[in-house]
Amino acid sequence: MDMNEFIEKIKEVLEIEDREVNESDLFRDYDEWDSLAYLSVIAFLDEEYEIQMEEAEFNTLKTIEDLYNVTKK
Amino acid sequence: MSFITYNGVGITALSAAVPKRVINNYEYTEFFPADEVREVVDKIGVFERRFADAETCSSDLCYAAAEKLIIDNDIDRSEIDLLVFISQTPDYRMPATSIILQHRLGLPNSTIAFDINLGCSAFIYGMSVVYAMMENSGLRKALILDGETRSRVYSAKDRRTAFIFGDAGVAALVERDNKFGESTFSLNSDGSRENLIKINAGGYRNPSTPETLKEKVVDEYGNIRSDEHGYMNGGDVFTFVNREVPRDIKNTLEYSKRDKDSFDYIIFHQANNFINSHVAKKLKLDTSKIPSTIEKFGNTSSVSVPLTIVSELKDKMAGEKSLLMSAFGVGMTWATAVVPFVDLQISDIVEV
Repeated sequence: MDMNEFIEKIKEVLEIEDREVNESDLFRDYDEWDSLAYLSVIAFLDEEYEIQMEEAEFNTLKTIEDLYNVTKK
Repeated sequence: MSFITYNGVGITALSAAVPKRVINNYEYTEFFPADEVREVVDKIGVFERRFADAETCSSDLCYAAAEKLIIDNDIDRSEIDLLVFISQTPDYRMPATSIILQHRLGLPNSTIAFDINLGCSAFIYGMSVVYAMMENSGLRKALILDGETRSRVYSAKDRRTAFIFGDAGVAALVERDNKFGESTFSLNSDGSRENLIKINAGGYRNPSTPETLKEKVVDEYGNIRSDEHGYMNGGDVFTFVNREVPRDIKNTLEYSKRDKDSFDYIIFHQANNFINSHVAKKLKLDTSKIPSTIEKFGNTSSVSVPLTIVSELKDKMAGEKSLLMSAFGVGMTWATAVVPFVDLQISDIVEV
């Protein structure tokens, strides 16, 4: 999955429909971001990439690009 | 990795009791705005649950379930040689609630009685303990009583836990009979995760003080609880469960030489629909074989596995049935079991 596809997936997961999402965005600043959105993202990482990430590690991720890079490890 | 197997022991009858008081989760809006509540409730899939009143304990729910079980199945009380009470919401710190129930149910003084304190996976742990004792000659009948009043444990002002938990109690009769084939159990623990789900104060490590009873804002979302309320790190519980539970189920199936599609029913601990549907999908299970009660009783901790059988499988357990059971939670502990049933008698749910 390239960055563009990843961004499309993340928009679905976070239910962002009305605007662009960029790789440099700080996703915690989104209006859509809350504890439920967090659960959706970790479920997405597990389902799509078999990544089981704990909160302490997740908290080190800041941007959409950080999230994308995790999936490439 | 270890597995335990038993032969010729099984649960022959099951009953359950729930409080009369129904909580409609969409209307549980005293502390949070209705649109936010709706979003949480839809995500976790808990639409209703039952709350015990202030006078009703886990043991009262179990007592009602046990009386129903004894009467419906015409059980001779003098033949009950073992009573195990499973709960993390006992009547007192001491004595053990099982002992109080021995007397209250009119069981003889020769009854072996003790409590198991473990949490969500405890019914499966308890089955294994009781099956082990019952497999040997000597004991005639055993009762497993499993009850929880989790509504008392969590803060209504902490959205991470306020909408999930409910109260219930069950009673199970365990007997030795050659009609039962092999049962296999996998029981696991990881104390390095003790902080994922916890009540920090009120025990002997951090005794109860006026300070531990004070409600405080605990995170950036404005959730409020005291140190004597339970808390849950839902994200890390989710991650933990998704790592350990599918693996344990696969290993247990492999050990018992069973295919995931060979069961009549698969009973999961009713944690919340978000976790449960994710695990089922991950294991590619046939969801038509997975009964659910999360939508009407919520997460009743250790009670949820047997409660789901009583609620959803009445009239469906005639003849030989093979069930896969899986439960996980506080500890962390997790358990998987492959269990045969033969003509399981299921009573109607009692409302208390």
